[in-house]
Amino acid sequence: MSGGGFWAMGGYARYVWPCFALAFLVLAWNLWAARQYHAAARLRASRALAMAASEKADQPS
Amino acid sequence: MWTWFYKLASPPYVYAVAAALAPWFLGLAALTIGYGVIDGLVFAPPDYQQGDAFRIIYVHAPGAWMSTFVYTMMAVAGAIGLIWRIKMGHAVAAACAPIGASFTVLALATGSLWGKPMWGTYWAWDPRLTSELILLFLYFGAMSLRSAFEDAAQGDRAAALLAVVGVVNVPIIHYSVVWWNSLHQGATVAKLGKPSMDASMLWPLLSMFLGFMLFFAAVLCTRLRGEILNRERQASWVRGAVNS
Repeated sequence: MSGGGFWAMGGYARYVWPCFALAFLVLAWNLWAARQYHAAARLRASRALAMAASEKADQPS
Repeated sequence: MWTWFYKLASPPYVYAVAAALAPWFLGLAALTIGYGVIDGLVFAPPDYQQGDAFRIIYVHAPGAWMSTFVYTMMAVAGAIGLIWRIKMGHAVAAACAPIGASFTVLALATGSLWGKPMWGTYWAWDPRLTSELILLFLYFGAMSLRSAFEDAAQGDRAAALLAVVGVVNVPIIHYSVVWWNSLHQGATVAKLGKPSMDASMLWPLLSMFLGFMLFFAAVLCTRLRGEILNRERQASWVRGAVNS
């Protein structure tokens, strides 16, 4: 298949390429969202731990 | 074997295992998807009827397969949480829902783009398309139900119940092309006996299926770690996990 023919996809380029673009968008979003979710959970957990530690330190011995 | 199975109910163990496995799954997914895309787009010959439009199968079919696979996994995990009251079951179900919903969106959108040149329309109220759309609503329902309750345990139970009831839709999606007259083509790969595809077209497709499965495993591991941290915030082991 020649370079131009490859991109033309036999006249179906406007259907084939958006499908592949969408697939990679979905995969990229999944990866990004999962990492964001984990990072946010980690931040919340470390804040909760810090709060618990400061409450313990404030308590009169 | 049972010891290993019981360990899967332990949040710190699953958290550590997921952290170790995620990069391997992701690396292997990149390799298999890379091979599938190049072989499917460049080397596989055009279909004798659909021409190059058939290449949409390399993203549509794995997306559609994953949409039902992830839903089934979500329902099984939800059932484990409901029946044995294992918290990890609910955590896995919660982590599955957004990933499965995104694969369902991919299957519907790429199917729609494939439908236009082949059927002459982006959408038809065809049994396969309609049951796949219902699957998307089931995912949205499970996610909404989980966050609709103030008590997280109650939300988990409600979402798990919906997932278990909704799993009846999975065989309906699969057999819709057999049970009813459908615009959608029948099984090509999963057909008993011989698949109706030439090996030069089949190998990149199988590689894409494997790649999507590995990618799902990688994303599930990362989401599950977040889900575990959210649920176990007060546990003493979390300090070590957060500081590492």
